[in-house]
Amino acid sequence: MDILSLFITVPVITILALVFTRGLKQARIVSMIGSLVQFGMAINLVFAYFKERAVNNDIMVFTKDVVWFKEFNIHYTIGVDGISVTLLLLTAIVVLAGVFISWKMKDLPKEFFVSLIVLSIGVYGFFISLDLFTMFVFFEIAVIPMYLLIGIWGSGPKEYSAMKLTLMLMGASAILLVAILGIYFNSNADGGALTFNILEIAKVNIPFEVQKLFFPLTFIGFAVIGALFPFHTWSPDGHASAPTAVSMLHAGVLMKLGGYGVFRVAMYLLPEGAQHWSWFFIILATIGTIYGAFSAIKQTDLKYINAYSSVSHLGMVLFALLMLNKTAWNGAILQSLSHGFMTALFFALIGMIYERTHTRDVTKLGGLLKVIPFISVIYVIAGLASLGLPGFSGFVAEMNIFVGAFQHEDLFYRVATIVSVSAIVVTAVYILRVVGIMLMGPVKNEGFLTLERVTWYEKLGILLLLIPIVGMGVAPLWLSDMILDSLQPFIQGVL
Amino acid sequence: MDFSNFLAMRHEIILLAITLLLIVAEVFIPQNKKQSIVHLAILLFGLHTIVGFLPIMETNLFGGMFRTNGLIHFFKNILNLGVFILLLQSADWLRAKIFSQNKGTEFFILLFSSLLGMYFMISSGDFLMFYLGLELSTLPVAALAAYETTNRRSSEAGIKLILSSALASGVSLFGISMLYATSGSIYFENIIQIIASTDLTILGMILFFAGLAFKISLVPFHFWTADVYEGAPISVASYLSVISKGAAVFILMILLFTVLKPLMHVWENLIYLVAVLTMFIGNLFALRQQNMKRFLAFSSIAQAGFILLGLIAGTQLGTATIVYFVLIYVFSNLAAFGVVQAISLETGKEDINDYEGLYRTNPNLSLVMMLALFSLAGIPPVAGFFGKFFLFTAAASEGYYLLVFIAVVNVTISLYYYLIVVRAMFLRKSDNPIPFFKNRIYMRLGLLITVIGILVLGLYSPLYDYIYELSGIFN
Repeated sequence: MDILSLFITVPVITILALVFTRGLKQARIVSMIGSLVQFGMAINLVFAYFKERAVNNDIMVFTKDVVWFKEFNIHYTIGVDGISVTLLLLTAIVVLAGVFISWKMKDLPKEFFVSLIVLSIGVYGFFISLDLFTMFVFFEIAVIPMYLLIGIWGSGPKEYSAMKLTLMLMGASAILLVAILGIYFNSNADGGALTFNILEIAKVNIPFEVQKLFFPLTFIGFAVIGALFPFHTWSPDGHASAPTAVSMLHAGVLMKLGGYGVFRVAMYLLPEGAQHWSWFFIILATIGTIYGAFSAIKQTDLKYINAYSSVSHLGMVLFALLMLNKTAWNGAILQSLSHGFMTALFFALIGMIYERTHTRDVTKLGGLLKVIPFISVIYVIAGLASLGLPGFSGFVAEMNIFVGAFQHEDLFYRVATIVSVSAIVVTAVYILRVVGIMLMGPVKNEGFLTLERVTWYEKLGILLLLIPIVGMGVAPLWLSDMILDSLQPFIQGVL
Repeated sequence: MDFSNFLAMRHEIILLAITLLLIVAEVFIPQNKKQSIVHLAILLFGLHTIVGFLPIMETNLFGGMFRTNGLIHFFKNILNLGVFILLLQSADWLRAKIFSQNKGTEFFILLFSSLLGMYFMISSGDFLMFYLGLELSTLPVAALAAYETTNRRSSEAGIKLILSSALASGVSLFGISMLYATSGSIYFENIIQIIASTDLTILGMILFFAGLAFKISLVPFHFWTADVYEGAPISVASYLSVISKGAAVFILMILLFTVLKPLMHVWENLIYLVAVLTMFIGNLFALRQQNMKRFLAFSSIAQAGFILLGLIAGTQLGTATIVYFVLIYVFSNLAAFGVVQAISLETGKEDINDYEGLYRTNPNLSLVMMLALFSLAGIPPVAGFFGKFFLFTAAASEGYYLLVFIAVVNVTISLYYYLIVVRAMFLRKSDNPIPFFKNRIYMRLGLLITVIGILVLGLYSPLYDYIYELSGIFN
């Protein structure tokens, strides 16, 4: 078995093993072992990638190609470049942290972990696929377990949120289906055979009229899951109702499918369409960035604050991708990673606070620094990373994005960039506001004085996410070299 | 005439023999052992299904009235599989409810007669054989729909079905007579050469189409569907929605792609319109249903609308995707109906609300139902996704992007109501859930086969390639 297909088979084996478990203890041990193996594989993949890259100069490495449906020329084609390797690592870390955070999942534990791992199969498969059909299959596999995860184990208006999220995301993927068929039936524009293979299609000059028609469909199809304004409305409700580990996985990993898909499919395959339409989507992304940040200010529910902050941060990812230059692209990928770790960490911390205090309302909390210092300190660190303090991952990413964006000289780009940059200031406002109200000040509730200490599995989960945030901030170069290297084909193809 | 040619009618002859054998058995088996006829019928039909998979020669009989080839043969096997699963799923119901009224054997006789009619219908080489097959396949089902004589709704369903199908057959026959009037022949092969796009032929084609559209329950010929499904016994409803619909789709496809091919510029517009209407009406009406049978009725109307996307392509790709989709649809829909059947037999409950909290008491049944609904909704990795994706590919290959777009909007709508059932089973908790019960062996086997089908048919790609190869014959 090749090194990439293992990312599908190991979770499948984990699920099969989970079917035979009984009770919470067995289920969580099996899931932990499965995710640990995945984590090890992801680390191993990074080293293997460096080794392979030194001798192999192809766009994709570790490729494998198996014919699936012969008549449609559908293949199971897999391969990775630097971008997908980093995202696979992100996924493995967040899934493992998610398992630790769900250590005390009492209600239907087996089903919970099965759904969680099905979701991770979808994500892993999506990041390694090089065939549009296979990619689409994995995309939908990643979305549908969310319905059960939020609906069964969620809180608040969970049925409503679960249905809204599923329908919006599946609706987007339905639009994407039309776009994929459109790309497929024009993949023979240069006289070759019809194909779903991304690398093959990238070589074809698809007619401009077709690109103009299908670029927006492809872009929207992917960007809905990346919380593009005005299609972001599923995200705050969904995140607020989801159980902790699911919020982590969803905001941390699943929303990254959007940016990745936009980059790898919409922009890479339809470059002229991207040039033609970029102004329109830049406006939307800019609005999303600033709108998300301002909305976060007004919220009092911790999860809503973080969800809107995700809308804002991911708006920056789309914004950076649409800037169509190397530095901004690099920033976009770094921002995806940085946001993945940060937001997963936030949701993990919010889950811990909620479990102890039984409220997520900021106004009802206060003085937590005195009673649960570990969680509070990490919350401050995550907050500082989120508002882009140098030394953490957020700074590196946002620096790259805006340096790249500012390279455009005309007025439109300048205005968009300035508006987007101002979101960083607003971010500081809502982060520091929460820190001030919730962590500092007097303890508002007598009951808070006897809060439970942090347990070992919670600490493990937190550290898993915190290390990469600091690591990326302190030593970003090896990561950004890896990404820059893989941007080469995009630079040739799109610019 | 060489008698070995009759081997080409193997399906029909064996099924006829089984039917006659059951009549004899009915006479000779004593009253207190009548229930063993269920085992006998299932055994015989199982053997018939297996024998059906043996290869068959391609030939025309009776001067072209009856024809068979690889694809027709394959489709008969699909129908056989469907009926076999259906028999397994209805065995317990027959033993519990029908044999006590002393009319169990007749159920099999009527069912097999109807299936025989479908064999003849899809094998027909002229309009006479087609019409005989159509009638033979419809009339016994009307009797079956009224089978629960103690239930007034069942009788109502029977009357509704027979009246409306008689009307539809009449309309269809009128259309056929016009086609005959313009071409002077009822043989498909002759008509292909003569048919021209005159007003009368077009009118004939539309009337003929209306008759079959009734069987497939396409909008605006769908009004009987929900009432009949609700009133009829569940086995009969599932027969109507799976087997009967599948056979009608198949023969409609053959006729449109061969005999009526010269009129394609007319019928593609017709199909376009009907497809859009069927998808929207089926889906929108399904949203508000409370009764599982009515729910599945509208869902199956909507599914028929999706099938038309393959029809409109009019190519080998279209043929292949339709047959593939029907195959998958047989398994998915029978799984859903099977669960409804099991629950209804055990508790008498048929409403979506009754399913609340089902997962916590009957996890296996809920999982089967969820797989079936996901397959109907078209969610990977279960088979329904591949079926739908390929249908859409067929439509897109002829440039019908707008129609595909309308279809995917409908897929999203349909996802909503399929999720409503999932929500009831998995998300809701109930004070008074359906208690845990164990299914008997036949029902379990019936559900197991459907689940295997749902999981395997999509991922196992050589199957599609095989169907595609067979489909070349009509294009």
